[in-house]
Amino acid sequence: MNLKRIIVVAGELILLLLVFLVIFGPMMSLFIWSVAIRWYWPSTLPQEVGFDYWRQALGLQKSLAIGAVSIVPAFFLSLSIAIVVVCIAMLIAIPAGYALAKYRIPFAALIMFLFLMPNAFPQQPIFVNLLRIFTRVGLAGTLPGVILVHILVGMVFGVWITSATFRAIPPHLEEAARSVGAGKTRAFFRITMPLAAPGLLASAVFVFITSLDEFTGTFFIGLPWINTLPMTLYSSSGYNMQFASVIAIILLIPSILFMALIQRVLRAEYVGGMG
Amino acid sequence: MPNLTLDHVVKSYGKLRAVDDLSLEVRDGELLTLLGPSGCGKTTTLRAVSGFVALNGGRIFIGQRNITDIPPERRGIGLVFQNYALWPHMTVFQNLAFGLQLKKLPKQTIKKKIEKSLAMVKLAGFEDRYPRQLSGGQQQRVALARALVLEPDILLLDEPLSNLDALLREQMRFEIAQIHKQAGITSIYVTHDQTEAMVISDRIAVMNQGKIVQIGRPAEIYSAPASKFVAGFMGTTTFIHGKVSGTARERIVVQTDSGLSIQGKGEQLAAGDEVDVAIRPENIRFLTTPADIRKQGKENTFEARVTRASYVGELVDYQLDLKGSLLRAKGETANPLSEGTTIHIYVEPEQLSILKA
Repeated sequence: MNLKRIIVVAGELILLLLVFLVIFGPMMSLFIWSVAIRWYWPSTLPQEVGFDYWRQALGLQKSLAIGAVSIVPAFFLSLSIAIVVVCIAMLIAIPAGYALAKYRIPFAALIMFLFLMPNAFPQQPIFVNLLRIFTRVGLAGTLPGVILVHILVGMVFGVWITSATFRAIPPHLEEAARSVGAGKTRAFFRITMPLAAPGLLASAVFVFITSLDEFTGTFFIGLPWINTLPMTLYSSSGYNMQFASVIAIILLIPSILFMALIQRVLRAEYVGGMG
Repeated sequence: MPNLTLDHVVKSYGKLRAVDDLSLEVRDGELLTLLGPSGCGKTTTLRAVSGFVALNGGRIFIGQRNITDIPPERRGIGLVFQNYALWPHMTVFQNLAFGLQLKKLPKQTIKKKIEKSLAMVKLAGFEDRYPRQLSGGQQQRVALARALVLEPDILLLDEPLSNLDALLREQMRFEIAQIHKQAGITSIYVTHDQTEAMVISDRIAVMNQGKIVQIGRPAEIYSAPASKFVAGFMGTTTFIHGKVSGTARERIVVQTDSGLSIQGKGEQLAAGDEVDVAIRPENIRFLTTPADIRKQGKENTFEARVTRASYVGELVDYQLDLKGSLLRAKGETANPLSEGTTIHIYVEPEQLSILKA
């Protein structure tokens, strides 16, 4: 091949390498930090590696020396909150999404926009004000308070994805069910729900991950009694990089797993051919 | 089999009357087609009968039963959709079984009924396939089977063949006509394709702007259209405008604006009325030899010039200039006429409709 071709291919490879580094660089750094016992500048790799921080985090070892605590309680707290949040949020989002998709709701666009609002503005001003309100009502620092905040923040994914899912189901399918004798409710549960299931699952997963990773709101409302995993991450980052990276990796795992799940489920839906 | 009666049915959307005081009776076992252009109200009427559109006025009866306020699932009506509306997450068997299971019929009965239905639409053995594994024509047949398996009182078909390609559509027309004869269910069929309507219908109701403008057997609608709209909608028609110059029994003599004297058939017309003469291409006969011309005489014989000749495979499509009016005509491919030729034509008065303009 000629010189021009070589230069182009070389250029593409370099670009690919740079993209790879930009995307995976921080992650690789994360993984290295999580197994570093001592890592001082200017060495490129840690001087001493080991799984001490992992053992501390998982509660397998208790030592005050390296400043790492068991994150197991915080992990289970985050998990439980996420599960409760998903249940409540989906109970609201599924009917809301269906109504917005199937009926001519006045100001539908405005309502959808309102659901988007909590995520559109800078978070601190919103949650500082929310803290004021919650304190007055007695919700500050309580579990219900944190759950409410998580629902607030996750609702946008709930309603937007469910309404898009229901909108994608051809209305004639429900009508066909009614024409063979099914009432509105039965048509919804036997026809619409099974077809909407992949999309609704995706919506639930997004709400779950949002709750698991939620920090700012939990920080303002949850302190000092409610301590979720992201908050543990926050309090250890900056001075205890090893511990912070262990927590970060643990938080990453559900996200990656669920994203892979959604990918597979949604692809199956398109192959299944809807209507 | 009961009949279906629509009694002064009205449906408005704001100021627009989609169905405008429509009364209709579909007889026991007949297939009646609602035929008309887009927006004429035929689909709205069908959806009113199926129960998905609430009426602003009027009533609907199946036999003696008033179904106006009954929800769709309790009307006992089978519905075939334009886009088939098969449930993609269920097999063909499950699609057909759904309605039967709601009636709490025993499993063996359900199986037998489904087998019978699928055999009727020539899809025996397709029970375990999913809709995505079927072609368009097969999906449409499953949709038909699904409606028929419940043995409804009334069958409604909403442009079921519109999504199929031309060749398949032609085939399926005959099949639907045959299946309807076998099943004998009172049916309403909606379409904008007049050929389809003529093939399958016992009667056709031509609709325009929410009203029925003519109702009758296909042959009547075609050969004796009641208005310019109906004449123009069925087949290809050319209109020549003129004034009635005289009447003699059933024959009307018209003096056209271009100065021709044409005789045709019409009703309730008097001298001086403004009319349109409706000419169909298949009724224009070419007089090629001088002997033919002499034999035919002066009545309804004209001289026209060929302005376009298009070979269309089974015939030649002509455009003729008759003193300013452009007529469509058909001819054999054996001895085609070339453009610019002057030709003598004759139209049988019996085959010309004179309509009030």
